[in-house]
Amino acid sequence: MEFLMAITIGVLFAAGTYLMLSRTLLRVLIGTCLVSHGTLLLLITMGKLKRGVGPILGGALDSAAYVDPLPQALILTAIVIGFGVTAFIIVLSYRAYQSLDSDDTNDFISAEERHGSQH
Amino acid sequence: MLFVVVAAPFVLAIILAFFGKYLGNKIGWFALPMPVLVFGYFFTQIANVRAGSGPSFFYQWLPSFGINLSFSVNGLGLLFALLISGVGMIVFWYSIGYLSHKERLNNFYCFILIFMGAMIGVVTSANLMMMYLFWELTSFSSFLLIGFWYEQERPRYGAQKSLFITVIGGFAMFAAFVLMGNIAGSFELPAVLAAAPAIKASPLYVWIVLLILLGAFTKSAQIPFHIWLPDAMEAPTPISCYLHSATMVKAGIYLLAVMTQILGDTALWFGIVSGVGIGSLIWGSYRAMKMNDLKAILANSTISQLGLIIALVGYGSQAAFAAALFHLLNHSAFKGSLFLVTGMVDHATGTRDIRRLSGLAKVMPVTAVFAAMGAAAMAGLPPFNGFLSKEMFLESSLEVVNGNLAFLGGAAWLFPAIAVIGSVFTFVYCCVILFRVFIVGDVPHDLPHHPHEPEKMMLVPTGILVSLTLVIAVFPNWFAENLLAPAILAVSGEAAHLHIAFWHGFNLPLICTLIIIGAGTLIYLNFDKWKAAISRMPKLISSNDIYDWLIPKNHLAHGGERLINTHMTGRLRDYMAFSSLAFVLVVLGVMLLRGALVISFDDLAPISPFEILWAVVIIVSAIAICRFDRRIPAIFALGMIGYSVSFFFVIFRAPDLALTQLLVETVSLVLFFLAFRYLPKLFKDKPAPRAHNIVNLVISVAVGLTVTLIVMVGHSNKMYQTIADYYIQNAKILGGGNNIVNVILVDFRGLDTAGEISVIALAAIGVYVLISLIVKPEPRLLEGGEEQHD
Repeated sequence: MEFLMAITIGVLFAAGTYLMLSRTLLRVLIGTCLVSHGTLLLLITMGKLKRGVGPILGGALDSAAYVDPLPQALILTAIVIGFGVTAFIIVLSYRAYQSLDSDDTNDFISAEERHGSQH
Repeated sequence: MLFVVVAAPFVLAIILAFFGKYLGNKIGWFALPMPVLVFGYFFTQIANVRAGSGPSFFYQWLPSFGINLSFSVNGLGLLFALLISGVGMIVFWYSIGYLSHKERLNNFYCFILIFMGAMIGVVTSANLMMMYLFWELTSFSSFLLIGFWYEQERPRYGAQKSLFITVIGGFAMFAAFVLMGNIAGSFELPAVLAAAPAIKASPLYVWIVLLILLGAFTKSAQIPFHIWLPDAMEAPTPISCYLHSATMVKAGIYLLAVMTQILGDTALWFGIVSGVGIGSLIWGSYRAMKMNDLKAILANSTISQLGLIIALVGYGSQAAFAAALFHLLNHSAFKGSLFLVTGMVDHATGTRDIRRLSGLAKVMPVTAVFAAMGAAAMAGLPPFNGFLSKEMFLESSLEVVNGNLAFLGGAAWLFPAIAVIGSVFTFVYCCVILFRVFIVGDVPHDLPHHPHEPEKMMLVPTGILVSLTLVIAVFPNWFAENLLAPAILAVSGEAAHLHIAFWHGFNLPLICTLIIIGAGTLIYLNFDKWKAAISRMPKLISSNDIYDWLIPKNHLAHGGERLINTHMTGRLRDYMAFSSLAFVLVVLGVMLLRGALVISFDDLAPISPFEILWAVVIIVSAIAICRFDRRIPAIFALGMIGYSVSFFFVIFRAPDLALTQLLVETVSLVLFFLAFRYLPKLFKDKPAPRAHNIVNLVISVAVGLTVTLIVMVGHSNKMYQTIADYYIQNAKILGGGNNIVNVILVDFRGLDTAGEISVIALAAIGVYVLISLIVKPEPRLLEGGEEQHD
């Protein structure tokens, strides 16, 4: 199971990186989403999979009885922050696209330079 | 009390920086009391220091780094502190008259107060790290003050040059301090002093010496690092007087004097210190004769006089130390006043070019008298203080041949010979300053201003400073007893009995002085021929050429810019590629170096065909996204992956995660579709060179493989026990909840969650601002750019 996850995570990262290396704004955006999904799976895989029941206290007070709750806490944070970042990037892309009328990140640099030369 | 004295100038500097504008023209009067009070404080400490009970202050600041607010005043520090605050009084006072009310006065007084505080800090710090801190602060404030008229190009160039050179030296000194601190086990100066034998025996000794000397020589403008000082003359003249002749450049001498107790007494130390000193002496005085700008003459003369003092420090005998400290005091008096005189000449006539000035004594008689006193003292004529210390210098130069430099054999005779020749040159340019500018000829009519005697605000402080050349000469033994003897005691550890007198009998130094006066007069009488002759000397490659080659004028970042542009392209794609590559290299490198590349197939969780199917869904969707040209399928595939991830959370027994992920994925999709109308319609990648595409592919595959490896290696090497036990056992007891994940989030790691909430809040604010911000509609960016279509 762990190795299956390893491959899945690797593919998510590879696809995410590939998209982020592109010049199209939307592709970059979706690339970051893929990488953040990969990260979630990576975190949970790090805490050993399927050992014990879910982290809701039953009778036992022993770590062998439950799956590791710590990665889950981390992931919960990561999901929420990932959402915040995605929302922000979507709006940032919207703004950039509206202001610069281009979705090519290479055009952003010329806009920056043009801006600089005016001052 | 000592700490208050060190801190007070900084406090006043901050106050003036913020509130100075309300004081208007009167700001100088608010700054002036500071050096007066500091001087008063240190003056009252003379008796204590002589008794060996100077004030001190200790407060543990960063004990784990060995950095303490540790200050103490010994004889050496006291001499410097009095010099700094004393010349400070004169300069602050003079500046009130010198600087026009239109200048940025609060900048000026703020910077100069920072400088004064930093300088006092350097000479009173008893902790090497504190000393370094203050040392760099002096460089920094010097940078600000040289660049005071930053609208002009020359001050900017000079400021930058001085900062580069002195900070490089300061950094070298810092390295030496760290090395010494490691050997001594402490940065406290007394501990380092006690560890002197260990430092000398250390294999790093040579490096420590070279690094310390680099710090001292750059600060004191010694060859070959002297080049910043002439360019520093772009500063206002009071600053040139204060920083670049009387105090800051002497910090290097202070450093040498302190370090000679730790590092001295070796052939290496004697040889380099006195060699560089004597070299600077002759080179500076030679250059001074070639200059036409009064301030340039004085700057080169400062290089030469500092060389003289450093040579004396390098000689290492007690008499030489006495001469060094005495000349240091004298130099501040005569060179400081000559700078102030130059400032008055500049102020009154509008030029400092000696080719345009002549006969000024007729219209500026008082200034001329001051100039005469200063020049005579510098030339080493009786009855001024310069004569006394020049005699001591010649005597020490003659003695050293059989003293600490005896290991050089016959070559040691070069030192007294160069000392005499350098002094001849000094005599010549002193004559030039005095006679060409003030005595000979008539007042020229084509000067920018009509020359007149300057106002009292400048005359009086200059008069006080220049009168010291006589006062010291008349009562040399008061200064010797109260200031020099405790300083020598602090440096050499032996009590000194000094007796300074004009007449020592008809001895060798006196003969040397007579030779100097004779030869100097002869050269001055034929000065035009002489100057023409030395101007024809072939120009050797100078440090300036090297500096300008390294750092082209006006293009500070020119060389660096080209280098930076090769990787800082401004294109998102390139940055992404570099960071991904760096990630791969660092992670794989560490794995290989640490031998962590172990993969074990033990202890795997069971796997069902159903799970394989879901994994395949994720893999296929991820690859499909890269291939899609249209955005709707791509976003659907993204949603697919998101929901599959939440499915895996269910399998991995993480109910909270599954719920949250489902929710967030849904909201994200909604967000995507909400923004859909406004987002670019095209999803297809921009056409790029084939090589780029291949590189992108290689990088992404490498990143994917690296992450896969991380997961596998992470599974195979469990280096630490899980800390889950603590949470499981205490969730109920301490957190009062059965859901361990919830308890961790809101109780155990509550602050992290608070941070997370603020991230979301920031993102929300960012979203709101970006949407509501009204940006001026820009004209179409790409003229004739491709049309967008769905």
